[in-house]
Amino acid sequence: MPFESLSAQTLGDIYIGLLGLAVLLYAILDGYDLGVGVLLPPREEKFRDDMIASIGPYWDANETWLVLAVGLLLFAFPQAHSQVLQTLYIPATFMLLGLILRGVSFDFRAKVAQVKKRRWDLSFKYGSLLTCLAQGYMLGIYVTGLRTDLWAQCFALLAALGVTAAYVFIGSCWLILKAENQLQEKAFYWARRGLIALAVGIIAVSIANLTLHDTVRALWLSQPWGYFLMAIPIASFTLLILCGIALKRLPEAGGKWEWLPFTIAIMVFVLSFSALGISYYPFVIPGKLTIMAALSDGNSLRFLLVGTAVVVPLILAYTFMVYRIFAGKSEKLSYY
Amino acid sequence: MDALILSRFQFALNMSFHILFPTITIALGWFLFYFKLRSNISKHPVWMRIYRFWVRVYALSFALGVVSGVTMSFQFGTNWPGFMEKAGNVAGPLLGYEVLTAFFLEATFLGIMLFGIRKVPNWLHTTATLIVAIGTTVSAFWILALDSWMQTPQGHEVVDGIVYARNWFEIIFSPSFPYRFTHMLLASGLTASFLIAGLSAYRIYKGDSKMAPKIALKTATYTAAVLIPLQILAGDMHGLNTLEHQPQKIAAMEGLWETSNRVPLLFFAYPNENDRENRYEISIPLAASLILTHSAEGEIKGLNEFEEHPPVAPVFYSFRVMVSVGLLMLFTAWQGAYFLMRYGKLPPWLLKVFMGMSFSGWVATLAGWYVTEIGRQPYIVTGVLRTEDAVTGLPAGNVVLSFTLYALLYAVLLVAYMRTLTLMCRRSIEIEEITTEEREMAKASKMSRANIRSN
Repeated sequence: MPFESLSAQTLGDIYIGLLGLAVLLYAILDGYDLGVGVLLPPREEKFRDDMIASIGPYWDANETWLVLAVGLLLFAFPQAHSQVLQTLYIPATFMLLGLILRGVSFDFRAKVAQVKKRRWDLSFKYGSLLTCLAQGYMLGIYVTGLRTDLWAQCFALLAALGVTAAYVFIGSCWLILKAENQLQEKAFYWARRGLIALAVGIIAVSIANLTLHDTVRALWLSQPWGYFLMAIPIASFTLLILCGIALKRLPEAGGKWEWLPFTIAIMVFVLSFSALGISYYPFVIPGKLTIMAALSDGNSLRFLLVGTAVVVPLILAYTFMVYRIFAGKSEKLSYY
Repeated sequence: MDALILSRFQFALNMSFHILFPTITIALGWFLFYFKLRSNISKHPVWMRIYRFWVRVYALSFALGVVSGVTMSFQFGTNWPGFMEKAGNVAGPLLGYEVLTAFFLEATFLGIMLFGIRKVPNWLHTTATLIVAIGTTVSAFWILALDSWMQTPQGHEVVDGIVYARNWFEIIFSPSFPYRFTHMLLASGLTASFLIAGLSAYRIYKGDSKMAPKIALKTATYTAAVLIPLQILAGDMHGLNTLEHQPQKIAAMEGLWETSNRVPLLFFAYPNENDRENRYEISIPLAASLILTHSAEGEIKGLNEFEEHPPVAPVFYSFRVMVSVGLLMLFTAWQGAYFLMRYGKLPPWLLKVFMGMSFSGWVATLAGWYVTEIGRQPYIVTGVLRTEDAVTGLPAGNVVLSFTLYALLYAVLLVAYMRTLTLMCRRSIEIEEITTEEREMAKASKMSRANIRSN
């Protein structure tokens, strides 16, 4: 068996790293298309067509990262998986219902009679919203270490709004990149609103987060990690301010630098995610279950790692290829 | 009702809904690749028309399959935590390989297949179609490898109730895998064939005189006519394999209580598990012994021989539904092939039969899955892990809520799916497909002249 020399500790780190990568890529990729879904304006059909066209070729592959993340959690850390999903059974069910609604509406809307199209558009919009809120709520409960008391619930509701704001923000930055004319103007407007909501959300969640776990607070106030960790929110806010300026100036820039807001959004996602990741290492459920305690059998982990080492670079390569193929402004919607 | 029975209902519901769509897409992907190849070779626009119609059906079926598949992947953890905690060392990597080698491939290249026709060169679009077909098939490979291992486990070791993988080759290629995989691929081939034939027959019946539905009907009918005898053969071999490894399942399928020689084949019966006997039997003497042991004297073990066996009635009836639908498919496909070869078209009554059979593949596949999955009970992994030991400790109320929501949503989606397919047919009847330009193009191409003649 290859990778025989890897210790359980190293395997644990590799798998938590892969899990982290899958969750982060999911949040960024499905994040923007969920955000676009939430933003659909019920009254303007033309915008809805163009917005959906902008995510058409991608959303399916984006969603696959969620399946990979759940699969990795399930397989590498089975105990964590069953604890997390049994505690979060109801919100997970709502998230799935949201994902189902949105996934099918996308296709149905194009094939049904014109009068029914709006109905499927609304189900796309509210399916997306339900998914965002449920994911944020689940994230909130998860970082409390699966607490279910009132404070944890309030925190989770805050996280639900925060995650939705984040998705809306990255979704509107995506639209700036892919849309033109009126819709792009609208996207600039949404992005500015989303930016403010996101900034408030990050501050609120950071403060709440510091009060949740003693170990996390200690880590943030320790040296030298504290300095390094403090650099993350500072960098995030610098980027967000930069993005705010860009969002004001770009509409007059005649199409230049349109990629900037989306790039900044990705960077902010990566930074916030790293802050969470570093804070809770080496736990797979914060404060409750460590990576090592939840890790499954080494032989099986090594067996899947062989495939992962070969396939994940390939996946990234063909994903990149698809983004190159569909680069530039999105085409008018035609579903074949 | 407790969480166990509810979780089982919910899983059965999700699986039944989910399997409908991969059953279509596995084979439909290969049909699309064939249509695309014909289009590339003949340059006749009709093949692209056919491709376009069916790629829409593909996209819709794929979307429904994906969303219900995501739901399935969550259910393992939410409703069957014991399964992953105890058998996760085997199940995890197999599911992981499915996502890595198949799921991403399909989902990514589907984007090119659906939206890339004007963006990429033709060869890349054709390749994308091929990759999507391969991806769906590879996906089926992993899922059936896992299911087969759960039915006929080998290559593992159990220590303190936890399964540890020892030999991956043995795990992936467990004894029932080759039969199960072949049986499923052929089932998909038939499901897609009858769907294509059924919807095309509907278009022709409603007065669509264009070439596209005629050619599609022909392709699908011939495919079905070839696949159905193969499927009967594969099913028979699968049955023999089951007799070797899971004799209690065969006993339930045959409704046989006492071990005996000269076992009759039951057409119909009412198996009564309380009295452990059948009522209202209609049977052919000796036939079951002949089929299963290839000898009229052959002995088959009865249910009373086994300490544990699956619930008899659902397995017994599902098996009969599967076989009856299979035989109907045989007659329909061969009848259709005969008329097409003889007269080049189908009479209206046969068009109606094909319309009625549009979703026959679904019925047979579902019935087949019930036979094999219920037939495995009371185990989730045969001889290793009992279903009741794998279930969630969740409060039943939670499962009631989720079950109700899923059931409602799935019912709505199923109706919407079928209505949308009908609507798509009606629309393509109205649209004048062949333009004058295309007619001239068709005339210019020798290959396609041959096509027109044959219609």
